[in-house]
Amino acid sequence: MRLRIFLSVCFAVLLLVLFSFTNDLSSYSYGQISEVSGNKVSYLGDIRPFIDIKGCNAAQCHGSVGDEGGFELSLFNGDPKGDYERMIYANRGRYFDRFSPENSLFLRKINGKSPHKGGVLAEKGSKEYQMLVAWISQGAVYEYPNQRKIVSLRINPEKFQMKVGQEKQLSLMAVYSDGTEKDVTAEGYFTSNDMAVIAVGGDGGIRAGHFGQSCVSASYLRNTARVLVTVGNESRSNPQFNGNNKVDDLILAKWKQMGLEPSRLCSDEEFLRRVYLDVTGALPTVEQAKEFLADKAGNKRSELIEQLLASDKFADFQALKWCDLLRVKSEFPSNLWPNAVQAYQRWLRQSFIEDKPYDQFVRELLVSQGSDFRDSPVNFYRAFPDRQPQAIADTAALIFMGARMSCARCHEHPAESWGSRESLGMGAFFAKLGYKKTQEWKEEIVYFNPDGKLMHNGKIVQPQYIDGTMAEVKAGQDPREVFANWLTAKDNPWFAQNISNKIWFWLMGRGIIHQPDDIRPGNPATNPELLNYLVEELVGKDYDLKHLYRLILNSRTYQLSSEANANNKDDYAYFSHYMIKRLTAEQLLDAVGQVTGTNEPFTSRIPEPFTFIPDDCSAVQLADGSITTPFLEMFGRPGRDSSFESQRNNQAAMDQILHFINSEHLQKRLTSSSVLKKIVASKKNPKQIIDELYLAMLSRYPKADEVKILAEFFDKNKRNIAVEDTVWAIMNTKEFIFNH
Amino acid sequence: MKNIRLIDRRNFIKSVAGTAAGVAFGSQLGFASGPKPVMGKAKSVIQVWMWGGPSHLDTFDPKPGAGVDYTGPYRKPIETNVKGVYIGQKLPMLAKIADKYAILRGMTHGVFAHETATYLVQTGMQPGEMVYPSLGAVVALKKGFGQEYKGVLPPYICLTQPQGRFSEAGFLGPKYKPFSTGGDPNAGKFIVQGIVAPGGIDDKRLAGRRGLLDKLDRYDAAGNSTLVQADDFQEKAYDLILGDSKKIFDLNLESDELRQKYGRNRFGQSCLLARKLVQQGVPFITINWKGWDTHKKHFESMDKQLPQLDQGLATLISELSEYGLLDSTIVLCGGEFGRSPKVHMDPPWNGGRQHYGHAFSWLVAGGGFKGGQVVGETDQRGEYIRNRPIYPWDLNASIYQQLGIDPLGQLPHPHGCVAYVTPLASGAVQSGGLLTEIM
Repeated sequence: MRLRIFLSVCFAVLLLVLFSFTNDLSSYSYGQISEVSGNKVSYLGDIRPFIDIKGCNAAQCHGSVGDEGGFELSLFNGDPKGDYERMIYANRGRYFDRFSPENSLFLRKINGKSPHKGGVLAEKGSKEYQMLVAWISQGAVYEYPNQRKIVSLRINPEKFQMKVGQEKQLSLMAVYSDGTEKDVTAEGYFTSNDMAVIAVGGDGGIRAGHFGQSCVSASYLRNTARVLVTVGNESRSNPQFNGNNKVDDLILAKWKQMGLEPSRLCSDEEFLRRVYLDVTGALPTVEQAKEFLADKAGNKRSELIEQLLASDKFADFQALKWCDLLRVKSEFPSNLWPNAVQAYQRWLRQSFIEDKPYDQFVRELLVSQGSDFRDSPVNFYRAFPDRQPQAIADTAALIFMGARMSCARCHEHPAESWGSRESLGMGAFFAKLGYKKTQEWKEEIVYFNPDGKLMHNGKIVQPQYIDGTMAEVKAGQDPREVFANWLTAKDNPWFAQNISNKIWFWLMGRGIIHQPDDIRPGNPATNPELLNYLVEELVGKDYDLKHLYRLILNSRTYQLSSEANANNKDDYAYFSHYMIKRLTAEQLLDAVGQVTGTNEPFTSRIPEPFTFIPDDCSAVQLADGSITTPFLEMFGRPGRDSSFESQRNNQAAMDQILHFINSEHLQKRLTSSSVLKKIVASKKNPKQIIDELYLAMLSRYPKADEVKILAEFFDKNKRNIAVEDTVWAIMNTKEFIFNH
Repeated sequence: MKNIRLIDRRNFIKSVAGTAAGVAFGSQLGFASGPKPVMGKAKSVIQVWMWGGPSHLDTFDPKPGAGVDYTGPYRKPIETNVKGVYIGQKLPMLAKIADKYAILRGMTHGVFAHETATYLVQTGMQPGEMVYPSLGAVVALKKGFGQEYKGVLPPYICLTQPQGRFSEAGFLGPKYKPFSTGGDPNAGKFIVQGIVAPGGIDDKRLAGRRGLLDKLDRYDAAGNSTLVQADDFQEKAYDLILGDSKKIFDLNLESDELRQKYGRNRFGQSCLLARKLVQQGVPFITINWKGWDTHKKHFESMDKQLPQLDQGLATLISELSEYGLLDSTIVLCGGEFGRSPKVHMDPPWNGGRQHYGHAFSWLVAGGGFKGGQVVGETDQRGEYIRNRPIYPWDLNASIYQQLGIDPLGQLPHPHGCVAYVTPLASGAVQSGGLLTEIM
């Protein structure tokens, strides 16, 4: 037994020695001619495409992080050199036998002689098999000098238009360094950023399903080609549209291109409810509604916009959005703990009250140092379960750039240029962070630690931007400062674009780039001119976010009715009508609270003084994701597990409807309502009561037939029952539950 | 706990080679040790979640030899109907049916903080960049609506309050969150939010409200699909409200004798309800029992709670067995960690037990798990695992296996990230292997 182990160790050492001289041996194999191509077979030129086509590097096979059988490959072929080395040295080199190639375990698995979960990949005797044999017998070379390489990819045809229902076959051409081209359509990986517009098949076949534009990307061995495909709308348009500002002009140009007619301007009532919800998160009160509706001034809409943007409630609602993005939460996974959570939220809210320029706001977060209680932006660096530099970099990229770097943590992005190298390089900006506890319960200091470093394969990783350029960090300088300088520079292509697109998304329900946190070349803006304009305006006004809000809210586009017309009913990407949104969990709960004058009892599971919540705290004002109530959970409040916008779920669901129709929770809010009791006890006649309830809940006066229906209901029922059931009924209408 | 997921596999194997014998690592070894178990046929899970972390010494891993500093007043464990197996002295009814369940004394993860330990035990995952779904959410995905479950009630029900600490559904999204009933099943009327009408709302008033709503709810924005869907939900909601489903929750329809047998307290009645929900085919039910985080007045709390646990759980397991449901129903009982084996007598604790993650116990019954067994062993004081560690993912993987869910399978991730049902699939976690001893 011992002898056997000794022998196998010797053999392994021998193999290692042999293969570490691969490059020298390769000259030996020059004379041998591969039977397949009459050429030298190399890993880069032949084996890598083979692995890709056969799917060996798929997640469920050798691409898994844990590997299969000690034979680990990078997903999407992102790291060919690493793959090659791991393959050659896997399990002490036992996969290859140069002197008897066909006995190599590598080949025995591929031709099915040895057990292989992935099945037979090349029959003995096949051309592919012969290529593999030749490769091993030639010394399993990675790459020969002057070997031809792919320099670019090209999709054929490069420019074309389509009509709904039409199908088309694309071809993918690889252009090599020696000037030759090869058709790699079958081996390419095709995607489309809007599958409703253009659906793609794996073989490069595409089908137009809906009018609009979609970017089709095709990649092959880490090269990518893209083509923007326009699918024409059958209807033509000649919109008569007097825009309010330049936003409208740019939108109009797109409608003309897409053959779209906008919906009518929304009514004052619709505008009133919508703008309150979108800017403050709350419904207008009866008095606010009456006042606005009675106002005869021509500029009353922009007056109201100014008034709401200046209110503290705007800051509350902004703080909520940022608490979501920054995962502000006492418990798992952020584990910030109550005191720090409160301090963090107060800082966020105060930043919006002060109209802090956005670049300064982000800078304060990124270069923060000090105590989590006193220098609360440092909590940016605490809200991670494992506080790894790369996880911090991914999150910074996601929140401030809209880039999904996290994919690159495990593997290369299938269709984009950034990969694990860039992800590591971005991580290095956050490698010099230190954390220490103090004597105070749950206080923590975040500080710059000059000795911190991010290691990879035994080397210190140097800071590198997402585009691959190296950062210049002076000795003793905090690299976060360098990153913040780069990020907030006026010409940074990501920074202003990301926040402009996000604000558009928050107000309009869909990003100009969508999803709003998936910004990459393969997912372009549906209206780049509009997005560029917003960016220019934001940068020109020194990152004043309210300026952007003002521009968008005052546009006629924002103020369009949600009622679609025959022409635009299928439009979801070009903003030809306002997109209805279900009220968010917090908005709904606060709306119920405002209408009934009752408070929700929020609870925390942490028995600490800082989880104390004042009785009149609204759901929008809640700082802590760990302080909750079953209602908020049911209606899709974000779990604050990650910083993706999709954490918030505004889908209507069955249990929500059940809750509205039939829950004791909401019934109690009605029966205990001092506001409703006062109405019942008042001398108001049914018409007056109905008016008041409609104004409180729907921000409009009831229509004549609605008054008639309800007046009859009042006649048939006791006054208190009639009031309660009227509120119940309005609360269950779609007009109440949706922002329209 | 250090995130070993990120350690390069080769170095990891090197660093652990030659450490404690008998500990297997990764999927290959974890599954290769012993015969590979066949996929089970269990249909439902009842999880008794002892929120806060129960003491293993006072429940399923008594240590009378460790002295009064460790046992507190509970110095006389009782022998169960399985020879040589002893459990805490406050659990006499469970002692009589030990042949029906297995005791896992090798549970360990080393984490002492509620929220992280809860995450570890509920998901069977190490904390990392992605937040994974809990056991119940995965079961709701794999066995809920659109799968083999044909019921009308939600597939993942929590009695009665949400567990909190983390978002149960993780990256699977809110569709897989548990439905929490609210209310108290031991109250005169058990009001299940949304399903059982609140007090004062009789059928006549419900109908009157519905009629009014039908007349007023006319906003349709030209056939917008979201609104059409909302109307559809409303129709279905009324079917549920007016149908028989609500009767499942009406424990007044059960005999007084049966209700007494389970114990007239919130936990006992939750156990009775859980049995009824299993009969409806609900795949996952959590009974969330708060009150095990006993830093102070520990034994006073245990004197009150352990008899309730004993009565409710023993009756539940016995009844499931009598109904022939135990073979297809997995019953689990445990918390996020154990409690310090040594009793803290000093102020301010004055006889409390603190958080303890090095060793704790779970009970597992039914669904194909063999009863009358003990898996794993702690040292003389119950402080560390001496034999056969069971990590949270080992337990979860075994449960998935018995439910016919491949523990090495994948979970759908909204951004296409690679995510597995258990970390055994990627192989980079320390593992004691599946619970093959009892499968």
